[in-house]
Amino acid sequence: MKAVVTVMPRDDVLDPQGKAVAQALHSLGFADVGDVRVGKTIVLELATTSAAEARSEAEAMARKLLANPVIEQFEVEIKDA
Amino acid sequence: MKAGVVIFPGTNRERDILIALTLVTGCRPRVIWYKETDLSGLDLVVLPGGFSYGDYLRCGAIAARTPVMDAVRQHAARGGYVLGVCNGFQILTEAGLLPGALLRNRGLRFLARDCYLRVERSDTAFTCRFEQGAVFRAPMAHGDGNYYADVETLDRLEGEGLVAFRYATPDGQVVPQANFNGSARAIAGIYSPNLRTLGLMPHPEDLVDPLLGQDGKPLFDSLVQALAA
Repeated sequence: MKAVVTVMPRDDVLDPQGKAVAQALHSLGFADVGDVRVGKTIVLELATTSAAEARSEAEAMARKLLANPVIEQFEVEIKDA
Repeated sequence: MKAGVVIFPGTNRERDILIALTLVTGCRPRVIWYKETDLSGLDLVVLPGGFSYGDYLRCGAIAARTPVMDAVRQHAARGGYVLGVCNGFQILTEAGLLPGALLRNRGLRFLARDCYLRVERSDTAFTCRFEQGAVFRAPMAHGDGNYYADVETLDRLEGEGLVAFRYATPDGQVVPQANFNGSARAIAGIYSPNLRTLGLMPHPEDLVDPLLGQDGKPLFDSLVQALAA
């Protein structure tokens, strides 16, 4: 299975990178853009064939290393490899 | 005082710490590779600056989960002293030994310049050779030094006297213009509740030589005085 972990800055944490991207988009004429937030995507290849197992493994990895709960939140999506 | 300096892959500021500690103690500290797990006999463990693991994932995140950090945690739990500078501070927060996190600098740029730190209390093992309210110059060199913690944590740090240093003007005023990286409440360094673990972003170890100025030396003199026994 493939697990896609999306790590984003928590909503209450200022994201200076997102702000800079928003400013750049505005200066390019994309006036419609409001708030922008920048995160990262981590794709994990897992040996298991069980979606439930893949999810619980990926969540454990996110809690232990991939995301820092002080500043980040994460979501896990499971895909057939 | 028996000191040790931990080196991770990507650490590059260990020499400055070794020079500072050798200068004040007269003997060379132990150099500890990140795979080591026995820190017994040490009074002070230092996590120096640099770019451990290339700053991959998050600054300090991977170093915080190496074998030596379990030993650092045990060392801290038995009352040992820990100093984390720059990347070392980031590692301490990632390891959960200090609260909060270091975010990208407010202006998004890497900052390599002098700053001034106000000593918030001069009764700890790290600051007893500073005057109360002293201000000292220290170079900063980081891209992610913007201290962040939630409001309750910040209130607790302030309420319990755990803020070690704040970014200030040379005459000690804590104003936004002196807080180059945008840290919450201008916090440059914090203590653990037992005041034996200190993390800070700027580099006092860079200014210990008479040729360059010894602005940072009192921090190391303090440790020698407090841990002389």
